[in-house]
Parts: sequence; structure tokens; C-alpha cells
Amino acid sequence: MARVRIENLKKYFGEVKALDGITLDIEDGEFLVLLGPSGCGKTTLLRSVSGLESVTSGKIFFNDKDVTNLQPKDRNISMVFQSYAVWPHMKVRDNIGYPMKIKGHSKEEIERRVNWAANMLNISELLDRYPSQLSGGQRQRVAVARAIVLNPAVLLMDEPLSNLDALLRVKMRSELKKLQEELGVTTIYVTHDQVEAMTMGDRIAVMNRGKLQQVGTASEIYHKPVNMFVAGFIGSPQMNFLRAKTVSDGTKAILKGHGVDIPISSDPGLEEVVVGIRPEHIGLGKGEVSFEATVFFIEKLMSSTIIHSTLEDGKEIVSMIPGDHEFKNGEKVTMSFSTEKIHLFDPKTERRIEI
Amino acid sequence: MLKKLFFWIAVILIAMWFLTPIVMIFLAAFTPAEDYYNPHKIIPSHLTFEHLYKLLFLLDGWKSIIISVEVALIAIGLSFLIGLPAGYAMARYKFKGKRAINLTILLTRSIPLIVVAVPLIVIYMKVGLSDTVLGVALAHTAMILPFVVLITSSIFSGISVEYEEAGMVFGLTHFQSFVKITLPLALPGLAASAIYSFIMSWNEVFVASILTLTNRTLPAHILNTAMASPDYFKFAAGVMMAVPAMIFIFFTRKYLISMWGISLK
Repeated sequence: MARVRIENLKKYFGEVKALDGITLDIEDGEFLVLLGPSGCGKTTLLRSVSGLESVTSGKIFFNDKDVTNLQPKDRNISMVFQSYAVWPHMKVRDNIGYPMKIKGHSKEEIERRVNWAANMLNISELLDRYPSQLSGGQRQRVAVARAIVLNPAVLLMDEPLSNLDALLRVKMRSELKKLQEELGVTTIYVTHDQVEAMTMGDRIAVMNRGKLQQVGTASEIYHKPVNMFVAGFIGSPQMNFLRAKTVSDGTKAILKGHGVDIPISSDPGLEEVVVGIRPEHIGLGKGEVSFEATVFFIEKLMSSTIIHSTLEDGKEIVSMIPGDHEFKNGEKVTMSFSTEKIHLFDPKTERRIEI
Repeated sequence: MLKKLFFWIAVILIAMWFLTPIVMIFLAAFTPAEDYYNPHKIIPSHLTFEHLYKLLFLLDGWKSIIISVEVALIAIGLSFLIGLPAGYAMARYKFKGKRAINLTILLTRSIPLIVVAVPLIVIYMKVGLSDTVLGVALAHTAMILPFVVLITSSIFSGISVEYEEAGMVFGLTHFQSFVKITLPLALPGLAASAIYSFIMSWNEVFVASILTLTNRTLPAHILNTAMASPDYFKFAAGVMMAVPAMIFIFFTRKYLISMWGISLK
């Protein structure tokens, strides 16, 4: 068990800045999710923590021990790989027990811990099989069992669920989370799937282009995204962004853009702002801020309906309303949202403006 | 029905195309001299080991078999000592000049050994390597090494790097992880390429004939002695050459195919 501190970590591949000054504290026993689009540096960060990747500059601490230049084997970490990396020439039992064998534990001790780990992952009956005789989901379980058989200081997971089918993924999501809570092991989990991030992480670190964008709980990141990237990346369908001009009378202001007028209670202090509104916060019928839009495409998920429509000036707007609704293409629909649901961003810096 | 008939006719024709010369060589190798020169006899009245015996023991064939094996083993040892790390580096690392090295390796395969052999014998005479087992082995190493680099590189690329990284995460050094995880997984392919290298060295005749006088490998020895002998000796010599190669290929055919299969990717 360990607290992980990452200080101003940089990793350059030639000209490419894979990690561009990452500073991050992870509490002992915390489940931290690194979330971001592919190529954002999240896997590089994980590999730097593991020691498989050397860093250009910066430091990594486990508790107060500097591990930046230690070999992976000396860091007391374990890892679940995306391809599972369950060694094909060893039986399941030997795969799980191998980390203990390397470190010279006694046969009885290995036997006991392997049985314990296999039991935790419900794979006791597979111990004498070879990996080639297992399904993807079973191999995944073997990889996790191998990772927890010795109490690692930090457990690293690199998109462990991305190769499973959808049903199994949902099941493993909750199982992994429960397992982590039971073991209380500090975990860093890389994913590009925001549902995984939201449901599993104690905190989520959103990354883009080698930089940390925001670190916070799922609720903080969803309700108070610090910039337009986080706002757009979290939430599905994506948040609508409308450019608007500020018309201020000193205290109150009206944001005018794309034919929609949004009254707000204080002056944002900028001539132009970007208004963000999530599709699920737009409803049918008149309300605080109403507008008319022309439907051009709908997606029916039955539990909800996603409406793609255009405003007067052709700006596309996506809304998601609960329930199963029927719309015709070209139909004009009145929709509305409440001003307390909007997010304001500076169009130049893309940063959030608090009002 | 007719289709099936044509299929089998084709199969038989192709099999005969390859097998007839081999059968004839084997038959002639064991035919007594008087039967061999009798134009009315195709199938000999009895089989004899006389030609093989003479080749092996009166003409010192067994000595050159031993030399051949020595040369091949030294050449394989040296090629793998240098070629295995090179192949690993080519498979696992990106570095400057990698493409150039790859092309150079391929290029060396396009230079006929015979071109190198004459300058080589001059150098060998100066350093005292002419007519030695080591001299031929070094020349064969030069021939086998590029092949070993290319093949081992493709074998290692076929083994996911994550296996090795998992080994490192769970307590091994990089080298230990290579030895304990990657090497066992690569072993069938490596064994197949070693045997293929053996056959390359076993069959090589030009360089071996030029670089040696007394310490001749089997093909060089045969070229020198059997060529001036009656035909049945030539055929017996052919059998001596072919049998070890055939046995090796028979036992490793599965791996040989997968070895080339990997390298075709």
C-alpha cells in the first residue's frame, strides 16, 4: 500500500511531448482513473509509474521513497496489461504463482496465496489449464489474480477491459471495483471509456496532449468542467457549445447567440463567451430559455431519445430527452433549458468562467 | 468424378516429378556395379552397401562428415551468438539507421560467396586460417549470419513485448525476463532456424572447396573424389548428402513452415 506522488513529470519522444509536466497526488488506497483520448499520454504516464518507461525529467515517489530511477522489479508494483500478457507456456497456477516464485517464497506459501487469489477471481477450477484453453474473460481474471497475489504497493491497469465484450465488461467493472475496495490497494487505471471512469474511479484525472486537464470526482468533473476539453470529453452525447455576445446593463447580462437569448444574473466580464449546455439538460416545451429548432435526425435508445436539430442560423444542437418519442425530419420543435445548467467558457483560453 | 480423377492424376504427376530422381539416386546408390551397367536391368537383383562403405571408409568420407558437422556447429554457434542479440534489437527497438542495417543485411545475401572466396583465401593464407575447420566455419558464419538476424528478428516480433514486460513488472530484470519468458516462447522457431542453418552449411560446396585442401567438408570432399569415380559412387555420395538433410527436415517440417510463415508477415 502506498501513496503516490508525481512531480512535474516530463517524457519527450524526440519532438513529441508525451508527458508535459504532470503533477499528481494519489492517496493510499485510492482508485484513480486516467482518462483521455488515445494519444493523450495516459498510457505513457502509467508506464512511467511502472518503470517500463524512463522519464525525461521529474520525480515519482511511493510514500516518501523516490522510485524515479528504480527498475520495475524494485518498485513493488503489479500490472494488468491490455493484452493480459498471461504467459502462454505456463499453466494458470504457475502464471499466478510466478511473481512469488521469483521473490523466493516457500512452496506452501505460494500454494496458499495462489489458491486465495484464484478464489477471489473465481478461477479455482481453471488452475491446471494452459492460457490457450481459456476464454478472453478467463485470461483477464488470471491476469488480475497474478497482479494481486503479492500485496503490491501500487496496482496498475492499462485498459484491462477494452478487449472484453460489452456484457462481460459491465460485469467485470463492478467486480474489479469491489475487489479493489476489499484489498484497499492503491490503483491507477487507464481507460478511454468515460463510463468506466465514472463508475470505478474515486477520482478521475482527465488528460489531453500530455497535460492534466482536471483531477476530481466524477461529479466535480461532470458538473464543473474546468475547460472546454473536459466539458466536451465527459458526457455523452457531447455538450453543445454556442458562441454568444454579452449584452450587459451593469449588473445583469443577456448572452445572445445563434438566435437564443440567455439571461444571466451577473456580468461575465467578456464581450464574447462560449455557452455550454449538455444534451440531457435540454427539455421539450417552453421554459426559462426557450428556442425553436428543426429536427434533422433522431436516435431512439427507447429509454431516451437523442434529437439532432438545427437552430435558425443552421447551428446544430443535440438534445437528449427521457422516453421514447417520435419526430419527423424537418419538424419544428420548441425546446428549453434552465440557466443554472449552463457552463460558460472564455472563447480564447477555453477556460471555465464562474458566474 | 472426372474432377477427382484429374486431381489424382495431377497429384501423381507432381509427386513423380519430385520423387523419381530421388528414387533413382537411392536405387543406383545401392545397385551392384554389374547390374548398374546392364542395360536390361532397371531393378537390381540385390542391394549392396558396398559403394557407401567404400566412400565412407576407403575414401575417408567419415572424416569429412565429422568436419562438416564441426564446421556447421561452429558456424551456427557464432551466428547465433551475434545474430540473436541483433535480431532481438531489430525486433524490439527503434534506432537510427535501422532500415539501413536491414537493407545491408539483405544486400549481403545478394553477393555470391564465390566472389568473396578468392580474396578470402588470400587473407586466410596470411593469417594461417587456410585449410582449417575454423576458416570454413567463419566463411559459413558470414553466409548464415544475415539469415539468422532476419529470422530471429521476425520470430521475436511475433512474441508480444507485453509478455516480457509482465516478467519485468513481476520481479525479473530485462535480461532475466528475456531468458525466462521470451526465449522459451521463441524456442521452436529458433530450433528450426538452427537446423535450417545447419543444412545451409552442410550443403555449401564452393567456399569449402576453395578454402581447404585436406580438411574438406563432405560436399567438397565428394566434389573432389566421387566426381572422378564411376556413376554409382556419385549416387552413393548423393545419398550421403541427402539423408541427414531429409531426416532433419522431416522432424522439423512443422516449425520450418511456421518459421517462414512468421517471416512472411
